Amino acid sequence: MSIARNITDLADRYDLLVVGAGPAGLAAAARAADCGLSVLLADENPAPGGQIYRAVGTTPVTRPAVLGAEYWKGGALLTRLAQSRAVLAPSCTVWSVAPDAAVGSVEIGVSLDGRARLIEAAEVILATGAQERPFPIPGWTLPGVMTAGAAQIALKSSGLVPAGRIVLAGCGPLLYLLAGQLAAAGATIVAVLDTTPRRNWRAAIAAFPDFLRSPYLAKGLALMAKARARLPFRNGVTDLSAEGEDRVTGVRVTRGGASETIACDTLLLHQGVIPGVNLSNAIGCAHEFDEDQHCWVPQVDQWFASSVPAVAIAGDGAGIGGAESAALRGEIAALGAAQRLGRLSREQRDAQAAPIRAALARSLRGRRFLDLLYKPAARFLAPPDDATIVCRCEEVTAGQIRDTASRLGVTGPNQMKAFLRCGMGPCQGRLCGPTVVELIAQAQGLSPAEVGYYRLRPPVKPITLGELAALPQSDAAVKAVVR
Amino acid sequence: MRAPAGSADVIIIGGGIHGCSTALHCARRGLSVILLEKDHAGRHASGVNAGGVRQLARHIAEIPLSNASMALWHAIGDLVDDDCGFTSDGQVLVAEDEADLAGCRARVDDLALRGFHHEEMIDAAELRRLVPAVAESCPGGVVSRRDGAAIPLRATQAFKRKAASLGADIREGVQVTRVARDGAQWRVETGAGDFVAPRIVNAAGAWADRIAADLGEPVPLEVIAPMLMITARMPAFIKPVVILRGRKLSFKQFANGTVLIGGGYLGRAIRDENRTVLDWGKLAANAKTVWDLFPIMRGAPILRAWAGIEARMPDDLPVFGPSARHEGVYHQFGFSAHGFQLGPGAGAVMAEIIATGHSNVPIDGLGIARFTQTPASRTQA
Repeated sequence: MSIARNITDLADRYDLLVVGAGPAGLAAAARAADCGLSVLLADENPAPGGQIYRAVGTTPVTRPAVLGAEYWKGGALLTRLAQSRAVLAPSCTVWSVAPDAAVGSVEIGVSLDGRARLIEAAEVILATGAQERPFPIPGWTLPGVMTAGAAQIALKSSGLVPAGRIVLAGCGPLLYLLAGQLAAAGATIVAVLDTTPRRNWRAAIAAFPDFLRSPYLAKGLALMAKARARLPFRNGVTDLSAEGEDRVTGVRVTRGGASETIACDTLLLHQGVIPGVNLSNAIGCAHEFDEDQHCWVPQVDQWFASSVPAVAIAGDGAGIGGAESAALRGEIAALGAAQRLGRLSREQRDAQAAPIRAALARSLRGRRFLDLLYKPAARFLAPPDDATIVCRCEEVTAGQIRDTASRLGVTGPNQMKAFLRCGMGPCQGRLCGPTVVELIAQAQGLSPAEVGYYRLRPPVKPITLGELAALPQSDAAVKAVVR
Repeated sequence: MRAPAGSADVIIIGGGIHGCSTALHCARRGLSVILLEKDHAGRHASGVNAGGVRQLARHIAEIPLSNASMALWHAIGDLVDDDCGFTSDGQVLVAEDEADLAGCRARVDDLALRGFHHEEMIDAAELRRLVPAVAESCPGGVVSRRDGAAIPLRATQAFKRKAASLGADIREGVQVTRVARDGAQWRVETGAGDFVAPRIVNAAGAWADRIAADLGEPVPLEVIAPMLMITARMPAFIKPVVILRGRKLSFKQFANGTVLIGGGYLGRAIRDENRTVLDWGKLAANAKTVWDLFPIMRGAPILRAWAGIEARMPDDLPVFGPSARHEGVYHQFGFSAHGFQLGPGAGAVMAEIIATGHSNVPIDGLGIARFTQTPASRTQA
């Protein structure tokens, strides 16, 4: 492996660009390089690992027990990449991916070292992973309220633990995992407020046998049981709001019809993860609404190729499956790309993929149980309180969106932008998109699938005007003008 | 032949700001209207353009229409019950050097001879007063003080809603597949049945050449995709919209601080897929112009870039007015990336022509005959 630190270290063209160095991207890059492809693995963080294995090679958290055995598995993926011929570009942002069927290549806009450049790739694998599902409750914009994922970034990359009294609220395996990690790191957790709707058990129970046969998830269950025994869990939470003037001072919680306020200095929210679709959406890949996971997922074939030629999507970005399955999906996507580029015959590809597919099926067994059990309650997807902010960038409330949807007959999130600017801020709808869709669906009596999603625009990550103005006129750009 | 799914006095094909405005003004005149839009109102050029409401630097042939429109923009809330986000802080054409400035002066003098006074020369001091952030080297320019900007999709949808409230039958998601004569009527075939009317308006934007071809009036329409980009919020530093004479630039800061950068650099339009492809090389040239002119913008983060699908005619002028071949057919398309401001007024003039047969607003030089008739046939006519 070699490392690109400057924009001039990059070649004009690669066989394969892999975006994102989490488990899927690490595995895809290593496998593709082993197949003889020239590979660039670009990741915007300073060190590879993604969110699940964030900073696994550089973390200051040295006691293995704090982050748990699963975390340290990421080291093996780094080692494998290091032994491959792939090029790793850390702190490198991919801000545009534009396939051009007419030319038979993909134009890639990248920024590295404060400079931007256009390069080309024959194939692209998006391994941009998941994001936390927005959790809009009253007061969620107060200082001191963070997502569980944000707290985990601070813990993994810098060994930081929030000071004072911590409340965690929400549902899903990552919430329990983080609670355990923070407790092991010495944090003061005063409550874990579980919002898992009780009636979800009825839907999920049919998928329970599969879950029990899944060794990977059973491990998670053990972890959760341990956390529950040690931490102050409270189940059956039906309403939440963060309280405080200049910062959070407490969380108002309703359970079994009774409400109380729990004083805290930090409130960590989490209600599951959903695919981060911004890049695949901006490229124009077709997406569909997954009812079980209750989120938009890109359509992919059995090689994780998207609806757009030369673009594949591996890992949690193509549907939530967890770290182990993400790495396996990365391998399969790499084999697909190698075959399309003529480095593997179909027979070689299929033979190499067969054992990986078997492992993938094992790793995904039991996933459906988690999806059904931790599906958030309706009120946490579409906040009933009109004053709750939904779009944080543009400070648009749930009430404004409901009113515009019903009074002005706005039937889709793209039209909503023109009236309220929701989704037009720097986050490009990452924090409001799912909620806006829920609110419109509710107001119009439609399903989220019928409402659709934002049409997203590049640059998928902001670049400065200065970077763009200094964009070198590469051969690719000149060709684009002449065409 | 199928029984019609609907009939009206007028069928308008296309739900951009022009189609919606014509629907509104026809409805105000008591005509029954069906508007057919293949996507949703304002989905393409009308919804994603720069929102400039500009009389500045228009071609002479467009100025009367533009003047009629500007009067409506300044009372837009009365017309459509929505302010459409319209603000009027003027538009300024910045001369980058003395040669540029001489060109500006010749233009303003020519307009004055023709009786138009909306464009006004400004010196370096007035330029600095209006646009304090502009580079020191610029010697002056031209201002059109009543110009401004609006929010495109919001404006287009306001016209649609108002037209509907006056009785116009707006059908979105209905694509026209063919237009043909049917006795004294025109039959407009769609995926949702046939519609008939004695009069039809072709306001189909980048798709209008297909309607015109059905009518035996083929036009050399080019499908273009002008690109725009917008930055994160910046401290307020400029009120008017700024355009240039030599280089391509349109530059506007909104009240919320975001800055819209355009100027007509083209991406690639794939109209049958409702899709555009950006050309980052050209956007870089666009960014370089801003870098030169507004040093304050150099570190501004660019949040989004996009392109709309739009029709351009070879002479950059719209096709506007009655058909050259058929009774009851009217064209309103090909606005060549500067049709948004014209929408309110063009709809009013078109409705007047449809209802009364004529308008006092001159539209000379905009007719379809300039493309469809050979010099020989023009002499015969």
